[in-house]
Amino acid sequence: MAIKTNKAIKISQKHLLGIQNLSINDVNLILDEAKTFIKLNKSKNKKLDVLRGKTQINLFFEPSTRTQSSFELAGKRLGADVMSMNMSNSAIKKGETLIDTAMTLNAMHPDIIVIRHQDSGASNLLSQKVKCAVLNAGDGSREHPTQALLDALTIINRKKKIEGLRIAICGDITHSRVARSNIYLLNMLGAEVNIIAPSNLMPKEIEKFGVNTFTDMKKGLKDCDIVMMLRLQNERMTSSFLSSNREYYEYYGLTPDKLNHAKNDALIMHPGPMNRGIEIDTKLADDINRSVIKEQVELGVAIRMACLKIFCE
Amino acid sequence: MKKQYFINANIVDPYNSINENGGLIIKEDGSIEAIGKKVNTNNIPSREKNIDLKGNYIFPGLVDMRVFVGEPGYEYKENFRTLSNAALAGGVTSVVTMPNTDPIIDNVSIVDFLKRRGRDKSKINIFPSASLTRGIKGINMTEFGLLQKKGIIAFTDGTKTIQNTQLMSRIMNSAKDLGTLIMQHAEDHDLSKNGMINSGIIATQLGLTGIPDVAERIIIERDLTLLENIKCRYHISQISSAKSVEIINERKNDVKFTTGVSINNLSLNENDIGDFKTFLKLSPPLRKEEDRIALVQGLKDNTIDVIASDHKPEDEEQKRLTFAQAATGASGIETLLSLSLELYHNNSLKLETIIQALTSNPAKILKINKGNLSIGNDADFCIVDIDKPWVVKKDQLVSKSKNTSIEDKKLQGKVTNTFVKGVELFKL
Repeated sequence: MAIKTNKAIKISQKHLLGIQNLSINDVNLILDEAKTFIKLNKSKNKKLDVLRGKTQINLFFEPSTRTQSSFELAGKRLGADVMSMNMSNSAIKKGETLIDTAMTLNAMHPDIIVIRHQDSGASNLLSQKVKCAVLNAGDGSREHPTQALLDALTIINRKKKIEGLRIAICGDITHSRVARSNIYLLNMLGAEVNIIAPSNLMPKEIEKFGVNTFTDMKKGLKDCDIVMMLRLQNERMTSSFLSSNREYYEYYGLTPDKLNHAKNDALIMHPGPMNRGIEIDTKLADDINRSVIKEQVELGVAIRMACLKIFCE
Repeated sequence: MKKQYFINANIVDPYNSINENGGLIIKEDGSIEAIGKKVNTNNIPSREKNIDLKGNYIFPGLVDMRVFVGEPGYEYKENFRTLSNAALAGGVTSVVTMPNTDPIIDNVSIVDFLKRRGRDKSKINIFPSASLTRGIKGINMTEFGLLQKKGIIAFTDGTKTIQNTQLMSRIMNSAKDLGTLIMQHAEDHDLSKNGMINSGIIATQLGLTGIPDVAERIIIERDLTLLENIKCRYHISQISSAKSVEIINERKNDVKFTTGVSINNLSLNENDIGDFKTFLKLSPPLRKEEDRIALVQGLKDNTIDVIASDHKPEDEEQKRLTFAQAATGASGIETLLSLSLELYHNNSLKLETIIQALTSNPAKILKINKGNLSIGNDADFCIVDIDKPWVVKKDQLVSKSKNTSIEDKKLQGKVTNTFVKGVELFKL
């Protein structure tokens, strides 16, 4: 599906704030660039110097393990000077606003800032106040573009294409930035997207995004090529959305029985971290024939390297 | 003060059914001596100097039923002096101020302070409202009777809604006994919890928690049901959805109540929020274009009685935050009339309908003798160049806070002069 990289094609955006802002050319540019890094990441010498002399600041206002380490590693492998700031115990606690933090960092002349924030739109706000490129590593419930890109790369790696595939996204859609970014990207790349969630976790008017919606998981999984499970985001739930985890597992947890409704070769994906036994059966999660969860993490580094390189230029 | 003579003006005074070219004579004491077409050069003594308004409009000074002032407690956002200047620049000469201050306007002693400040620092007519419940906590009623004796003309919890139905019925009973006006901001707090904008596709796209229109509707339906048995003076501060218009239309024949709308909801919709514009974080939220159109139609067929500015000054620091953290509300008193006139210029509403909703209707609901140009009354009025084009620039706003919802908007029609008790207090 991906067209050949044309070196003349430049990214249309200064910042990576969301998939919504990207064109199909932008997406292909990133995916093609990422493919060149997959091999490198498996080789003995993983270090390049394309970003030598560049400064990358990781600004994480929310705790994160994989995204933060992935971005950090990506920057280091490209030779950038990487500084990771854990903002949950920093100036913000002392009452500094995001804009003031941005001003402070801007004065240090970074070349790229990677931001993760609990509020939707935080990366947009930051991008208006700093001179360098801003990469969104997840803002509230809005977007998590690099996750969607790495998911797309994983699917392409296994299925050779995205166009024409039927892909189910299942779970806590309301609170999920991963779901939103994936819907935009998979739609753009020509997949048919099924959204599966209980009504309490289904955002308003999501069908206007051009997706099919299901509250019955088995129906939603029918003939799917990919089953993307999402984490139940208990930390974002302020009041009772569900009666219990065990009932949720009964109806929306991915089990071998429910998976049987998808295609025989359907792949299981999960952005992590997983709640085993709540949204996914633990054996399925580890089934090397079906689960590509580890591959997602692996390709995540390649995608982030591609994004850092492209947006730093 | 010398007698003043204005001629050749287009006078619109819905209270007196005046809509004609004519003049206005103001007596030495600042009251109106004569008005209308009979006032012209033929019957003004030739020795007197008259001012030819060349077809510009005269409207009664606007009565704005929903205004937040920062005094006491938030003087850095807006005080009585800056509020009056902003109001005068917009042709507003009477305002009802909300009780959401620090301390909250919920007892007799604070009202004395407020009246003193209003009298000393304000150039316009200030009608402070007091809260329905102590501390706006929604638990214990305030002393409606005693507060009314101190001059409070309306009661509201401002940005908050009475959630407890039993308390609401008791409030209505007291209001019935004492002839009190209740103004409810209709919002079910559980349904709107953490909500920031209208529930729907925009909220889903932006990843923001939505406020469904049913949060408004449930409170309106509850209150109107209570009102069937407890007939008190009840006003819905502002509605935002087509569904609310529909319900009000249905119920208007069985129960007596009145309804307001914010100019923001009449002029803007949720698409204007764009890329997280915090100045458009409003309560009630901007909804869909269908809702906006229904609200305009509601004014047209008299389902809605009042247009208010919902003027809520917030300093820049409270808006330079992420959408979730940013304060709610927009500054709007000085653009109220110009923005309302947009609905006249684009043929949505008749000029009289607009002016009525900005002057005589709110005055009638509040039972104050304002918002009209009756002979013998204080000459509170504004002169308006109804076609004058201008662009809203936040740096040129008079209000202390610049959080306008319509930055860079092109408007047509501007107040050129505003008079209170016959004294010109604003001149463009």
